[in-house]
Amino acid sequence: MSKRVDVVDLNVYYGDFLAVEGVNMNIDAQAVTAFIGPSGCGKTTLLRSLNRMHEVLPGARVKGQLLLDGEDIYESGVDPVTVRTQVGMVFQRPNPFPTMTIRENVLAGYKLNGARLSKSQSEEIVETSLRSANLWNEVKDRLDRPGSGLSGGQQQRLCIARTIAVKPDVILMDEPCSALDPISTLAIEDLIGELQQDYTVIIVTHNMQQAARVSQKTAFFNIAGTGKPGKLIEYDDTTSIFNTPQEKSTEDYVSGRFG
Amino acid sequence: MTQTPTPTPASVQGPSGASGLTEPSSNGVPRRSSLTQNTLPSWLWIAMLGGSLVLGAALSALFGFNLATWFIFTAVIYILSSYFLTRTKVNGRRATDGLWTNLVYLAFLIALMPLISVIWSVASVGIQGLMAPGFLSSDMQGITGLVDEASQTEGTPVLGGIFHALIGSLLITLAATVISVPIGLLTSIYLVEYAKGGPLSRAITFFVDVMTGIPSIVAGLFAGAAMAWFLSVFSGVTGLLTTQRSTLGITAAIALSVLMVPVVVRTTEEMLRVVPNELREASYALGVRKWRTILKVVLPTAISGIASGVTLAIARVIGETAPILVTAGFVVNTNWNLFQGWMTALPVYIFRQFQNPTSPNFSDPSEQRAWAAALVLILIVMGLNLFARLIAKFFAPKQTGR
Repeated sequence: MSKRVDVVDLNVYYGDFLAVEGVNMNIDAQAVTAFIGPSGCGKTTLLRSLNRMHEVLPGARVKGQLLLDGEDIYESGVDPVTVRTQVGMVFQRPNPFPTMTIRENVLAGYKLNGARLSKSQSEEIVETSLRSANLWNEVKDRLDRPGSGLSGGQQQRLCIARTIAVKPDVILMDEPCSALDPISTLAIEDLIGELQQDYTVIIVTHNMQQAARVSQKTAFFNIAGTGKPGKLIEYDDTTSIFNTPQEKSTEDYVSGRFG
Repeated sequence: MTQTPTPTPASVQGPSGASGLTEPSSNGVPRRSSLTQNTLPSWLWIAMLGGSLVLGAALSALFGFNLATWFIFTAVIYILSSYFLTRTKVNGRRATDGLWTNLVYLAFLIALMPLISVIWSVASVGIQGLMAPGFLSSDMQGITGLVDEASQTEGTPVLGGIFHALIGSLLITLAATVISVPIGLLTSIYLVEYAKGGPLSRAITFFVDVMTGIPSIVAGLFAGAAMAWFLSVFSGVTGLLTTQRSTLGITAAIALSVLMVPVVVRTTEEMLRVVPNELREASYALGVRKWRTILKVVLPTAISGIASGVTLAIARVIGETAPILVTAGFVVNTNWNLFQGWMTALPVYIFRQFQNPTSPNFSDPSEQRAWAAALVLILIVMGLNLFARLIAKFFAPKQTGR
């Protein structure tokens, strides 16, 4: 069900601009890994290159290897669409499809790909996905209402339900709580803890308490200055990063003395 | 400062202000909140407008009353008096604000005048012809100069109608829509979703802009020449259709689609561009292919804007006269076949009835028919615009469903 991710000598570019340089890391399956670091250090860029969403932007490209259970997703001949069915993504801002109902949003991964589902199959997928996203009790009576009518936190959980409905191996989350209030954030964090049992979860966050709460491993990224590439500074168990960091800049960042 | 400060209205009313707002004061009149000072009563502008209307009418009557001078005098009196009243009673800032607000309203009214005037004059003149029996359901077959002469001199009912022109306009516009919507939609999809700002996309954008400015008569001449060339090559190669002439309904449809394509490209391009990129990315992240994303996510999200843009493009070309006149000609009978024989469209009908009355010496019946046809044309265009709004409303993504 879940797969491990190994990053080998990965460089990520926007055109000629090197955004992330020389990343090597091994991300465990069935665990939560957090990416932290200051704005513009390439966390999101690296995350987006993990399911080949990076190359959607004009001029964006990647060098190096990215192994999903030992298979390089950047090997020539690999279809990005296949990669994305295995590596799902939750975005910073909740983005349910405005033309679809809650039910259709959950089934979007199937419906948009033209898959034919029987009524019982789709009912089952909707219920299990919404239950896994801790949203079922809130929306079970209004599955046929538009998804955009939900609150921000509910919309974000709807997006998570939509992502896990297609049963990926890895779930990427790009600051999933930054647009949400503390209660919704708590709901999502609880959810991340449950998702970890079945999926490899990689989360980008600006909130260090959040990284400390939800993740087993933490990677700290930093940037030497504007226009310089972002680099992986330290990658270790979350407790070590926050309590006994090896690098000075990590210690400065996690203790709030950054800059 | 040991001196007791002079009580201001605010400090006097302040402590009891909250209750004083609702409680009547001793003399039974609700006390005015201190926050409402420096304002004029809200009914004042209506009273002043009424006064200005009366004064304007009186001034206008001095020069021999007419609507134009009445309007001008009223506007000047109202704007000036409200400016100076506000300036003296309130303050200069509010007066300037009011002055510009009034000027903006005035500009709006002036801009509205031609529209109201056109609708009024066409409706008032055209309604008589529209009410004539069989106007919408009969064509001009058998309506000779003698029939019109009898109508004008002996008072027999005005015969003849616009059925053939309605059918012609409908078929030609429908065919033009069928040709130009796929071309325009696919072009804008290419520009928004696939083009990466290269020379091809810039060339397309440039030529679409150029096409927007093509005079319609040029489009008509182009379509006529293109069809004539096509028919001569076709008959030369296959030996078929040797007697086919290029004056056809479909030629007019091609001419109109030359005018329609740039409008459709422009409007749909706008609509596709406003679809948030997040939705495309959400779809990609679910492992959906690009063409499916465009088909199932981007187009449904933009469909209301696209549909209303297409409707407005139709409204734009349905009133074209010159390109249809030179490509489809003019006939008096109803022709249902786009691919055979001449056809009449509504604007061409109007043009012909004015320019070449059926009976040159007794032109009143022709003019009556022309005005009525103009009224029908305006109603169709207004109907299309309303339809576009309804489409935009019904297809719009549901924003809230709470």
